Amino acid sequence: MRVKIQEYLPTILVAATVLLAWEVLVTAFNVQQFILPRPTRIWGELYGEFSSWVSGQGSILFESGGATFYEAIGGFILGCGSGILVALITARWTVVSQALMPFAIAANSVPIIAFAPIMNNWFGLTNPASKMAIVAIIVFFPTMINTVRGLTLIDPRQLELMRSYAASPFKILWSVRIPNAVPYIFSALRVASPLSMIGAVVAEFFGGPRATLGVFITQSASGFDFARAWAAIVVASAIGITFYATIIIAERVLAPWGRRG
Amino acid sequence: MTASTVPPVIRAAGVNKIFTVRNADPVVALTDVTLDIYAGEFLSLIGPSGCGKSTLLRLIADLAEPTSGELTVNGKKPAQARLDRDYGMVFQAATLYDWRNVTQNVQLPLEIMGTPKAEREKRAQEMLELVELGKFGRHYPWQLSGGMQQRVAIARALAFQPKLLLMDEPFGALDEFTRERMNLELLRIWQATQTTVVFVTHSIAEAVFLSSRVVVMSPRPGRITSVLDIDLPYPRNFETRELPRFFQLVTQVRELLRDAHTFDE
Repeated sequence: MRVKIQEYLPTILVAATVLLAWEVLVTAFNVQQFILPRPTRIWGELYGEFSSWVSGQGSILFESGGATFYEAIGGFILGCGSGILVALITARWTVVSQALMPFAIAANSVPIIAFAPIMNNWFGLTNPASKMAIVAIIVFFPTMINTVRGLTLIDPRQLELMRSYAASPFKILWSVRIPNAVPYIFSALRVASPLSMIGAVVAEFFGGPRATLGVFITQSASGFDFARAWAAIVVASAIGITFYATIIIAERVLAPWGRRG
Repeated sequence: MTASTVPPVIRAAGVNKIFTVRNADPVVALTDVTLDIYAGEFLSLIGPSGCGKSTLLRLIADLAEPTSGELTVNGKKPAQARLDRDYGMVFQAATLYDWRNVTQNVQLPLEIMGTPKAEREKRAQEMLELVELGKFGRHYPWQLSGGMQQRVAIARALAFQPKLLLMDEPFGALDEFTRERMNLELLRIWQATQTTVVFVTHSIAEAVFLSSRVVVMSPRPGRITSVLDIDLPYPRNFETRELPRFFQLVTQVRELLRDAHTFDE
């Protein structure tokens, strides 16, 4: 696949301009580094971590990134998996899904992150399971709601056609409802992927092992080492964006009919 | 009416359909519909919106149940005929499944009926060639034009070789040119497969061109007002539409529709 440079040029230009303006303005107005460090200083931190990681001395920042991603992906798999599973079960018995949906929608608007300290108590502050639990709960509801929608919002004629073939309920589930739900599930996963990183990092703000991004950021910030805090934010963003992009690529490959054209 | 000893494929006797609507008066969709449809016929149901032509088709297909009256398909209750897969159905929208390519769409009914894979693939290819889409098996529905999609839907309905084809305004969404081409193609398929076709339309020309018999219906309440034999010669082609007899029949159907339709609303 040939990447057209013209297509991405505006994006690259905007990014370059913002970074340049940031650098110039911070220098020109002599902004204190604890308010806003220069991009080159943040880059310096990242580069330092990177070279120490490459030389085999290890990098606390990259290690933190890995640990946080582990929590995020664990919670993502747990939460999205059970969301899809519950939706499949409830869609089979419409009464159940109709009874559950209002609660799921209500639960979806609750700031679940507020439960983080409780999860830390339940599973232990340094146990990754405490962060995974929070992430799982956060991503569970949007995934379940979207999957139920995908399993039930079906062109009535598609169902009538199956009826005309005298198809069994299982056949209808397998041949129509589930494929119909796949694009809905992917749109939930697209929302859930950055959400799981946010959930993991914020949950770590309430405490966690030393080598996690949330703890790294709070500790650097309280030590007035803002360039390091920003470097951790960059790492968190990079992981989040990569995660999101992976979902989009998976969607294009596995469900091309959902986002045609 | 042909006095035949052969039992009809579809027999409707005094069929009524009333839709009960919440917080509103019940809607009488069909009243006292009596009609026999015989094997090999191409029968069109024509009438303005609300005359119950689609409802009658849906009753035959067991997608709805008559409120009263007697309705049989191949001598059986419509529900049984549906379970026996006695008919193929084509809607106005092609209703293809986006996640399946063309050949997989055509194979779907066969898949559900448990036809072995090799047989399924062979049949799908035959049907696609019949609708002249033999080279489009691997395309996805959204990559096809409206007319091509509808041809896939017809191939799919024919895939399991039903003796009866129910078509609910299948070409209603197509432009005039495509529609005339599709009409020709449908006639060819009808003659090649010897299927009985029940065809719902609100195009007079289409009904006359395609049918061996046209049933004129009228709304409020939906009922049959007249039945007309179409004696145009076969094979019918582009010239058929220019025959004086064609214009006579079109005019006749138009007058029957006008007589039946009272502007009482």
